[in-house]
Amino acid sequence: MEQQIPSFLLRNDLSVLLDLLVADGYQLHGPQVRDGAITYASISSLSDLPVGYQDQQKPGHYQLAEDHNKRFFHWANGPQALKPLLYPAREVLWQAKRNASGSIQFIVPVQSFEKIAVIGVKACDIAALKLQDQHFLQGEYVDPGYQARREGLLLVAVNCSYAASTCFCVSTGDGPSVESGFDIALTELDEGFLVAAGSEKGERFLTRLPLQNATAQQLDAATQQHETVAAMQTRRLEPIAVGQLNDAREHPQWQDIAERCLACGNCTMVCPTCFCHHQNDELVMKGDESQHIREWDSCFGESHGQLAGFQVRDTIKARYQQWMIHKLDSWQEQYGRSGCTGCGRCMSWCPAEIDFVAEANIIGGADE
Amino acid sequence: MNKFAQSNFQVPLSATVEAFIQESPSIFTLRLQLCDSTARDEYSFMPGQFNMLYLYGIGEVPISIVSDPVDSTLIDHTIRVVGRVTEGLAKLKVGDEVGIRGPFGRGWPLALARDKDLLIVTGGLGCAPVVAAINFALNRRAHYENIHIVQGVKHSDDLIWREQYDRWNQMNGVEVLLAADAAGPAWPFHTGQITELLDQVTLSDDSCLVLICGPEGMMKAAAEKLIDDGISPFSIYVSLERNMQCAVGHCGHCQMGPDFLCKDGPVFVYPDVRHRLMQEGI
Ligand code: SF4
Ligand code: SF4
Ligand code: FES
Repeated sequence: MEQQIPSFLLRNDLSVLLDLLVADGYQLHGPQVRDGAITYASISSLSDLPVGYQDQQKPGHYQLAEDHNKRFFHWANGPQALKPLLYPAREVLWQAKRNASGSIQFIVPVQSFEKIAVIGVKACDIAALKLQDQHFLQGEYVDPGYQARREGLLLVAVNCSYAASTCFCVSTGDGPSVESGFDIALTELDEGFLVAAGSEKGERFLTRLPLQNATAQQLDAATQQHETVAAMQTRRLEPIAVGQLNDAREHPQWQDIAERCLACGNCTMVCPTCFCHHQNDELVMKGDESQHIREWDSCFGESHGQLAGFQVRDTIKARYQQWMIHKLDSWQEQYGRSGCTGCGRCMSWCPAEIDFVAEANIIGGADE
Repeated sequence: MNKFAQSNFQVPLSATVEAFIQESPSIFTLRLQLCDSTARDEYSFMPGQFNMLYLYGIGEVPISIVSDPVDSTLIDHTIRVVGRVTEGLAKLKVGDEVGIRGPFGRGWPLALARDKDLLIVTGGLGCAPVVAAINFALNRRAHYENIHIVQGVKHSDDLIWREQYDRWNQMNGVEVLLAADAAGPAWPFHTGQITELLDQVTLSDDSCLVLICGPEGMMKAAAEKLIDDGISPFSIYVSLERNMQCAVGHCGHCQMGPDFLCKDGPVFVYPDVRHRLMQEGI
């Protein structure tokens, strides 16, 4: 759908949108401050949003500070956004029940899939969502749980007005403003929002909002803001050709990284595109029922490459190679583009302060 | 892909053990039948495809189907005891129930061997994916020119189905060559590498179809030797192995470079994976 010229919504009238969404049966999810980080969780009103907060990020470092701005969304991101909503970190896929005669029955737990509207989704996370959609919905097999949750999702995106030092979405082509894949997009200005619809579903809500025509100054301010944020991003991931990192497996930098990497798997847990999970069985009660559980897994873990009597990747170096080569290189063959959308999370949440972008640029040859 | 796998790919169906055949101290065959008659009728597979077998309370393992697809109601799985699930499966008795999800993956392109020589090379213990191909081809002997079966084992004591190999060797147009890296006293066959054995194969011409399964190093050595001898790399297919949990390209465990072995494989045409075999950490 074509994006039209945006309209303007006064700052506090954002609550009207929230009310309309609730009246339409949506549960509201949005950013809020929890445990010192921006976290997406259920919200009930505008007052839950992280007004006036800003994140300072660098490799190994994430800190929220109150900078007394009046904005709801003047921050970059937190450790998670959409991924846990559509692809839960842990879920029961099915249960097996065994009766006295030994016969086994397989039961899929009944789940109710709520309609969820997420307020304040950033461009890098929408790009990541598109990749998760490709993985779980657009292949040969469609994941039924992901599909049900995805169908009930409404996205109110917000164009970034601030970039952390870890952000590099400009170089991956995914931000700082959203271009598609949302229902409603907001550009936050000091006194309110420029509002645009990205889908018919979004359009239906916009027609019921107290909108004004955007002024030329407001449109200018939005353009200016976009340019300022883009210019704030000094970090750049240099382009990587298909096969380029895989062909550089002998590069000495891998060993250098391996000596710093703790193989904790944090990067893969916070990465919005990582899809790996393992499936385990847990006996419950008196042993007459077993649950088949699917849980996020990481290619940094011991069991990820374990086969009968053989470990595919038995060194940290091999695991770091899997993480980076898959993300930036083989992903292109799998899904037609790199698996990185420039959110920077894998750096901020790395206890060893590994700078994913700098390392990739070194191995890719951009820094030589 | 058939309807059955499409609609049930995440959830197993119950199946009964119809027969349990002990092939060697550590290898056994489970013959399974789906309990639900509709599912049983809808089920179909190709040689080289696999099922996820579920052992109650323990978990799932990917196991190749070895029986002939002509009867898809009795599904044979030849299994080597290597871990928790297979240890448990080894203790099953006729009448016990397990779960089946499948069939998954791309099997052997046996149709390409029509009216040509078929060369099947296998190494290691009970390499089930090629057993499926051997059974399939021998049951349709007339479809092919000559069939050559080359099997290598680490030690002569590891060879299972010895009588079967002898029987096959008697069949018209079937050649069986066996090798053991190390052999006991009564071993009448070749002692040494499987690649040495490939020199003894009497192919009608180079336009044959080659199916290889076994440890990666052996597959690579065998394929490269055949290519050196003039066989087109595009006539060579290999069956690969990785950790598999979802079997549908979602869980990420079976990745080898850009390929998901569960859905893009496990059988690949050799040039697609040539540069990856034996590459460390891939
Ligand atoms: S690789 Fe790092 S920067 Fe890229 S999307 Fe994943 S977490 Fe974000
Ligand atoms: S293999 Fe590693 S990098 Fe790739 S999706 Fe899985 S956890 Fe992420
Ligand atoms: S087994 Fe899960 S992706 Fe292949």
